[in-house]
Amino acid sequence: MQKRSKHALLACACTALLGLASVHARADDAPPNISGKLLLTAGVSNIEGSAGGGLTPWALIGGYETNDQIGANAFYTRLSTQDYSLNDAGVLVGFYNRVEVSFAQQRFNTEAVGAALGLGQGFTFRQNVLGLKVRLFGNAILDQNSWLPQVAVGLQYKKNDQGAVLQAIGARSDHGTDYYISATKLYLAQSLLLNATLRLTKANQIGILGFGGPLSNSYHLEPEFSAAYLLTRKLAIGAEWRKKPNNLTIARESNWYDAFVAYTFNKNISLTLAYAELGNIVIKNDQHGPYASVQIGF
Amino acid sequence: MQIARITCIRLFALALAFAASNALAQQVATPAMNAPNPAQRDPALRPLFKVFGEKPGLVAIVNTAMNNLVADRVTRPYFINADRKHIKRELVDQLCVIMDGPCTYSGLNMAQAHQGLKITTAAFDAFVEDFQRAMDKHHIPFHDQNQLLARLAPMHQQIVTH
Repeated sequence: MQKRSKHALLACACTALLGLASVHARADDAPPNISGKLLLTAGVSNIEGSAGGGLTPWALIGGYETNDQIGANAFYTRLSTQDYSLNDAGVLVGFYNRVEVSFAQQRFNTEAVGAALGLGQGFTFRQNVLGLKVRLFGNAILDQNSWLPQVAVGLQYKKNDQGAVLQAIGARSDHGTDYYISATKLYLAQSLLLNATLRLTKANQIGILGFGGPLSNSYHLEPEFSAAYLLTRKLAIGAEWRKKPNNLTIARESNWYDAFVAYTFNKNISLTLAYAELGNIVIKNDQHGPYASVQIGF
Repeated sequence: MQIARITCIRLFALALAFAASNALAQQVATPAMNAPNPAQRDPALRPLFKVFGEKPGLVAIVNTAMNNLVADRVTRPYFINADRKHIKRELVDQLCVIMDGPCTYSGLNMAQAHQGLKITTAAFDAFVEDFQRAMDKHHIPFHDQNQLLARLAPMHQQIVTH
């Protein structure tokens, strides 16, 4: 198996180069098992690139690898509200079901609001997020004889490219690091997956509006929750809620929530559709809209 | 793990050499003896036994599952040279007892049954999927499948050794 993991690493590198060429849909009855994990047990990519729900990182390690394999996937997400849009793309690599490394780039387009604020039509904040997650203990999926969840700790280093504008709106920094601990458990007999995350963060609108501000420049501990119900082996529905700090004086920041449907065609392709409620974002209230995310696994 | 196995063999030799009591020798030679009951009868799962079509239903599902396991390149090496008839019979009895059916399971515990097979997590997961597809084929509702799988999944602790 040791040999195989090296092959997996090589295969992984090759696949990354070949990109979409490696993606092939297989008939359901064909022998599966390119790699180890069960369907829908690797989560999807959250908006910051970590494996989880759409809004929240989970304790699961992304990629369909097991303890002696390496898995990877790429995602593209688009979220549009009445006045803004977010385009988000990234990759993650899971090592031996223990460590997850991820990268995502978020492009937050202010559309007409940018023009209204004198920034220009379609003014875009671009933020890069580098993520690292380590599973501490537990097996959320298989240890069904224990109430103990799978627990992981992680960090997300975020760097926004609009330092001058962020300073003008009162943010203290254009970069910051979120730290989190997540506990995830699948209650298989009930077909229910639950996640709770506690995040230490200074980020304004997850970092799109910088970090810290006139109201506070210290870390805040914010809870996030997800629940997913498995309808079939390939289909899950769920909801998430994410609390956020309120550091800026230009606008009151809202907590986010969403309801989602996730479908996995096979271990290579999954699709998540959600409806997200984002509340106030700068001069626009009650922002909500559809969220679509496609994930391709290697 | 290697060290544990070597230690195991040494202990076994030692036990034989000193002609210790048979029970003690087994206890020392196979720590697997302490593994949990592989067929824990659960009266709460009795309705499930009906859903699975009782014993004939289980025989049909296990037959399909074994066909899947032999066709699956991840699980094939573990089954191709095994006594599949025997495995299927034991599996049916085990599932039957777990679902409180009128059967007895007289097979090995899960640690003993899989000792030395070097089963990986990937192979364990592949087994689960092949079994899921067999249940799908026999129209077992997904949520009923999960109730059974919830009892089987923790067995990875005894089965996966590699």
